Amino acid sequence: MIISLVSTVALAVVAWLTIINTPGWARVQQGFFNPEVAVAALPRIAEGFLLNLRVLLFAVVGVLVLSLIIAAIRTLRGPVFFPLRALASGYTDLFRGMPLIITLYLVGFGVPGLIGSGGPRIPSEVLGTIALVLTYSAYVSEVFRAGIEAVHPSQVVAARSLGLTHGQSMRLIVLPQAVRKVTPALMNDFIAMQKDVGLISVLGAVDAVRAAQIETSHFFNYTPYVVAGLFFVLLAIPMIRFTDWYTARLRSREQIGGIVS
Amino acid sequence: MTEVLRLENIWKSYGETDVLRGIDLAVDSHEVVALIGASGSGKSTLLRTVNLLERLDDGQIWLAGTDISTPSTKPDTVRARIGVVFQHYNLFPHLSVLDNVTLASRRVLRMPRAQAEARGLELLDRIGLADHARAFPDRLSGGQQQRAAIVRAVATNPELLLLDEITSALDPELVTEVLDLVRELKAEGTTIVMATHEMAFARDVADRVVFLDQGLIAEQGTPAEVFGAPREARTREFLSRFLG
Repeated sequence: MIISLVSTVALAVVAWLTIINTPGWARVQQGFFNPEVAVAALPRIAEGFLLNLRVLLFAVVGVLVLSLIIAAIRTLRGPVFFPLRALASGYTDLFRGMPLIITLYLVGFGVPGLIGSGGPRIPSEVLGTIALVLTYSAYVSEVFRAGIEAVHPSQVVAARSLGLTHGQSMRLIVLPQAVRKVTPALMNDFIAMQKDVGLISVLGAVDAVRAAQIETSHFFNYTPYVVAGLFFVLLAIPMIRFTDWYTARLRSREQIGGIVS
Repeated sequence: MTEVLRLENIWKSYGETDVLRGIDLAVDSHEVVALIGASGSGKSTLLRTVNLLERLDDGQIWLAGTDISTPSTKPDTVRARIGVVFQHYNLFPHLSVLDNVTLASRRVLRMPRAQAEARGLELLDRIGLADHARAFPDRLSGGQQQRAAIVRAVATNPELLLLDEITSALDPELVTEVLDLVRELKAEGTTIVMATHEMAFARDVADRVVFLDQGLIAEQGTPAEVFGAPREARTREFLSRFLG
């Protein structure tokens, strides 16, 4: 306990002294860690961050729904469903390969182009949310699919033997077990998404990142970016801790009793 | 006696291998039929075809007088009328014991939850597991899990109960409690077809013993006939290997 405390403090002091003794430290401190600029930029960035939170909320719900549908389609058996399966697997290939920023541009500028100038104007944060949902559903559907396939087939046999339909077996027996199995991986993907929500700024939506950009050019100082970054980190930390806690809990439960498959 | 199950000329193959090669079998109401035979003789496959978990290559199956082997048969409706217990229990690990038992009543028979749970608790009480109704299956011993699985299978009062090697995965000291429950079900008049390796139990409980060999019924009769004076050489050979 004491040793770890001493070594931590020693390392921190060394790191701190190394940084503040670099030749450019004074200039960087002025340009990136300026308290007055931080305070002045804070309200606008906070306001922008509320938009990030709203987009995140809708994106999480959208991703959960779309990815479950895609995963369910990919586990359908039988030649009748081949076109659906092919479509779903093509979708996951495409959007897992495509950089998010390109999806954002294609949806953000392509969809309004399709609608034309006469149609309704879709807010850029909505288009950004759609792009996020498209990209992340491709990843999350694979996580769900892995979970569905990890549920032992004998569970389906038992469910069908009771007279449950295919749909009921999926909904009541397979999916609840699959979701439990993949929850840690799922939450990890959502942690990744919470920071990528900041990318909707490239479409012009005034979120925390865009607000920071505006403030930066206003003050000729990079501190607003640091402030915006801190917002995202502060949001991520509880989610990361919760994921760690939940994963540990799942592991300890599994050790108590073997689940018979 | 009314006939619950009739199988005529059942054929089933996996690829090149014929697993069932023309099985004929009729089971009367309240009858307990034990299927015995070596591993790979087709016992489990036969049970799975009855439950429509396997597609037939040829033959017909009647359940209480209705042909259930026609293409127009709805498998879900048939399965709801037949209870099945598996070697590895196959309880649903994410549902409580009571929810396992009441699932089919609630979701297939559309019984109100309160009514289904009253019936489920009564059944669990009879096997001494009422205290564990809200527990998850992984908290129970193997014998308790298998008895819960049996209760789950009979909760909807199926017309026929299929038992597929239900004691094979159990520790020897847990076998008795499971077999005692099967005895009780027989006493209540449940119609049972069971694949089993428990020869003593088959002799004790079954009304009829059916010996399967290489996908065919080689011999059948009362336990006294099959175990006491087997007619076929292969039956004698199988029994001598099993009874020592």
